[in-house]
Amino acid sequence: MDADTQIGGANARFPDTHPSVISAAASDDAARRRPGQEALIAAYWKPVYRYIRIRWRCSNEDAKDLTQGFFTAAIEKGFFEAYDARKGAFRTFLRVCLDRFLSNSRKSASRQKRSGELIEVDGDSPERIFEREWTRSVFEDAVVELRANFQKRGRGLAFAVFERYDLAESPESYDHLASEFGISPAAVTNYLASARRELRKLVLERVRGVTSGDREFRCEARAILK
Amino acid sequence: MISDKVLARLKTAAELPDLSGTRYRIVDQIGRGGMGVVYLADDVELGRSVAIKVLDDAQEARVLAGLEHPGIVPVHDAGVLPDGRRYYAMKLVRGARLDVVLEKTPHLPDRLRIFQKICEPVAFAHSRGVVHRDLKPSNIMVGEFGEVLVLDWGAPGVGTPQFMAPEQASGEVDGRADVFALGKILEIVIGINAAKPLASICRRAMESDPARRYAGPLELSADIAAWLDHMPVSAHRESVGERLVRFGSRNRTLLALLVAYLILRLIVIFWLGR
Repeated sequence: MDADTQIGGANARFPDTHPSVISAAASDDAARRRPGQEALIAAYWKPVYRYIRIRWRCSNEDAKDLTQGFFTAAIEKGFFEAYDARKGAFRTFLRVCLDRFLSNSRKSASRQKRSGELIEVDGDSPERIFEREWTRSVFEDAVVELRANFQKRGRGLAFAVFERYDLAESPESYDHLASEFGISPAAVTNYLASARRELRKLVLERVRGVTSGDREFRCEARAILK
Repeated sequence: MISDKVLARLKTAAELPDLSGTRYRIVDQIGRGGMGVVYLADDVELGRSVAIKVLDDAQEARVLAGLEHPGIVPVHDAGVLPDGRRYYAMKLVRGARLDVVLEKTPHLPDRLRIFQKICEPVAFAHSRGVVHRDLKPSNIMVGEFGEVLVLDWGAPGVGTPQFMAPEQASGEVDGRADVFALGKILEIVIGINAAKPLASICRRAMESDPARRYAGPLELSADIAAWLDHMPVSAHRESVGERLVRFGSRNRTLLALLVAYLILRLIVIFWLGR
């Protein structure tokens, strides 16, 4: 697979911790609706893009075009307005809209006999793929903010320890890290605990930002951390 | 992009409770209940293993602390984590889940006696105004000495669909919702092709109208006891044939003596008639 896009990437600002982003995106008031829609798109751009790449095995460029096309259609056709929180999680709703959009795109490409026809790939269930990519995207952005926060507060060493342990493919032992950074193993434990605590807070902030209320937030928080 | 492996580690790391500053050290994750995650931990002060449950609010710990019964896991300690989550330390139950134990217990009366032990703590909790709301085999542990412990008290209104009473969907429940779940568990305990009275007990426990169910776990357990003693079961109207069979099962020795006496009499009559 070629490299992922940077659009909607690490610097994309997640919505604040207000449960009203989803309702704002569906508001009749354009002044509320637009920031709400932008916040939702920022939150879901990467999971949607990666879902398209994995499930429909698309190239970077095709996936970007389809992602862009999907969100454009979402705004033009009022997908966000159609969401009913009583029927399930917004994430699931969005994935169903996306599948419908991709299916229509495939039919349209087939009718026009265009090359690059969308091919659905067997494997994990669509829900599972989307949930995994959504989780990955939330954690990635939380880690970016964690790094920025720690550097701003002069806690670069704590983040470095976290990076070498929790972000490493094959982490070293606490003792090894302690000698590498010239600190005690207890300090390694404390640095990791503080970074994990902050990571959890940042992850949950993001989840709360794109859920419609406490009930959905609890379900989504449980799903993302399990 | 974060790999699947790192993502899995981050998820675990973000969920791990920060117990620095407490007497507990996390050893491993051992389960996940309706309300939170359970960890095996060392209590370094007392040098013993405990189970630590981390949850989003303190409801369960408060509920549990008020319930002292041999069938309910005792709470040792409770506290707040730096991120605001609540935790409580409880006795580490050594044993197996009910479903695992049932697989190894083929004898029906033994299975039913285990079931009766589940009814006791549930009835006790009801007497203290606490409804479990999520009774199911995975929330019931059977200890090394046959003791039964019911876990996961204080769950929110939402139960597990397979064991959930119909009225739970609307959120308004009382102890009869637990009776419904006990009926579902009993269904597993007795298996398919169960005797008709046992099937009737299950049906009454699982009536969709709570008013038609047993009033509580003890009434349900009493019907099981009656069946084990070959006595009439309140949930089952028996036919004459069934009554005779039950009478026969209950008075096996008496019947054997009677049959032996009759045979003896016949032999004597036959002998004298020669």
